[in-house]
Amino acid sequence: MEDSQTVAALQDEHIDTESISINFGPHHPSTHGVFRMVVRLDGETVVDVEPKIGYLHRGIEKLAEERTYLQIIPLVDRLDYVCPMTNEQAFCLAVEKLGAIEVPERAEYIRVIMAELTRIMSHVLAVGFLWNELGATFTPMIYAYRQREYLQDLFELASGARMFHNYMRPGGVVADLPDGWVARARKQLAEFERFLDQFETLMTENEIFLARTIDVGVLPPDLAINCGISGPVLRATGVAYDLRRADPYSIYERFKFEIPTRSHGDTYDRYCQYFAEMRQSLSIIHQALNRLPVGPVFNEKAKRLRLPAGEAYGHIESPKGDLGFYIVSDGKPQPYRFHIRSTCLLNLTALRQMVIGQKLQDLVIIFGSLNVTMADIDR
Amino acid sequence: MSHDATLADLQAAFPDQVVEHPQGLDFTVVVLPDRLRELFLHLRDKAKLNYLSNLTVVDRPERFEVVYHLYSTIEPGPVFVVKVYLPDKESAHVPSAVPVWQSAYYQEREAFDMFGVVFDGHPGLTRLLLWEGFPGHPLRKDFVNRTYSFDEMGQTLPPEDQR
Repeated sequence: MEDSQTVAALQDEHIDTESISINFGPHHPSTHGVFRMVVRLDGETVVDVEPKIGYLHRGIEKLAEERTYLQIIPLVDRLDYVCPMTNEQAFCLAVEKLGAIEVPERAEYIRVIMAELTRIMSHVLAVGFLWNELGATFTPMIYAYRQREYLQDLFELASGARMFHNYMRPGGVVADLPDGWVARARKQLAEFERFLDQFETLMTENEIFLARTIDVGVLPPDLAINCGISGPVLRATGVAYDLRRADPYSIYERFKFEIPTRSHGDTYDRYCQYFAEMRQSLSIIHQALNRLPVGPVFNEKAKRLRLPAGEAYGHIESPKGDLGFYIVSDGKPQPYRFHIRSTCLLNLTALRQMVIGQKLQDLVIIFGSLNVTMADIDR
Repeated sequence: MSHDATLADLQAAFPDQVVEHPQGLDFTVVVLPDRLRELFLHLRDKAKLNYLSNLTVVDRPERFEVVYHLYSTIEPGPVFVVKVYLPDKESAHVPSAVPVWQSAYYQEREAFDMFGVVFDGHPGLTRLLLWEGFPGHPLRKDFVNRTYSFDEMGQTLPPEDQR
């Protein structure tokens, strides 16, 4: 309805042009993976876009039906490879809910620290890549990447792996933090805060940046809720919906933090939203580091993991939004049905409405500001 | 509105549609598929459950279960699960939720792709992750999990000398 009006309006104001269809992707630098869009263009204006996905489909839901719950953890690491820790946390939460497994205090704090570090890592990459897509090729992205590498050192110290950590278990985490980890984390975080200030001063007020992002890809809040958008993209439209407050899990009730929101929902707001959330995450990590209790990090009762028949849906606020795992068990060591509520797939739903009427080069920025990972969309 | 109040409200508005309220970890309501769209509109607009978060299908031995996980962004709280049972597994049909929630668009396509459940009224019900011509629906329990040849998958390889 709206789309046809847009098309009609576009045709009115232009001289006669022939609309053409182009294949955008699957191998395009801005798609961060293998993503294809069939874009219909009138001149340079986008008239219609149809996302085609599935190039990275690995059938994780099917694979999981033949694996035990412990063997699934490496699989969920590979969903959204930018934030593996939160994937593990969401999965463990669903298993713990179904099995009524308790998690020791110290493990909960470690999980929160890891999850918030992951959020920072994911957001800083989102910002860096957005600059890349604006044409400021490489330098801002490499700046962001360098900070991410420092934070990955912390993950490596704790879990032994830089990317696919396989660190959390239903019932806790696999190993305690090594000696000196907390001091090192504090040092890295102080450095990261300096980086944030520097990056914001250097880039955010740039005139070209403002011209290219303000009023580009506006997402109204009603449409965002109807389309199932979540995470920073939803909050940038003005809806203060954050699962850490809305449906509290883990120990987030013990921390003081705000849910930043923006009002307009355009690309610039999403960009600023990432910065605001990184600062809140830094505050949560500092609180958790200060209060980190001593004690066990794993519930020994969870070692022989056998879930009762039943079903549970566990979800968390992952860096990209609402990440859920739906587990149906029939009492066997493997799940009967394992479903992933993919954040990125849902965040893609409104892409069509956001880009119609915009220019082709803005399509790249709008898609980049959604910060999706193809591995999470295709599963 | 608490979930118990929502259930009472649903039973009053749709007396013969709510068939079951199974006890479990999440608050669950089983409804008939006949007036599903009106029921969803009621939940979205009256009960303030305006956020369809997750939609999926479970293949039970005796039926398909379509599962909807609903939340509210106005009055945040725990999950409200709506289930629809489809006993006829050979031709499973359920009304599409896309007119009510656009978030169902990709998820229904995925459910169709993986289970073959048809969502009536969906604006573009095609396979989402797999390609047209893929044999069967892989997440069904009767799907034979084995290695397939290229021909069986509906893919054609170029002739030997042109690869």
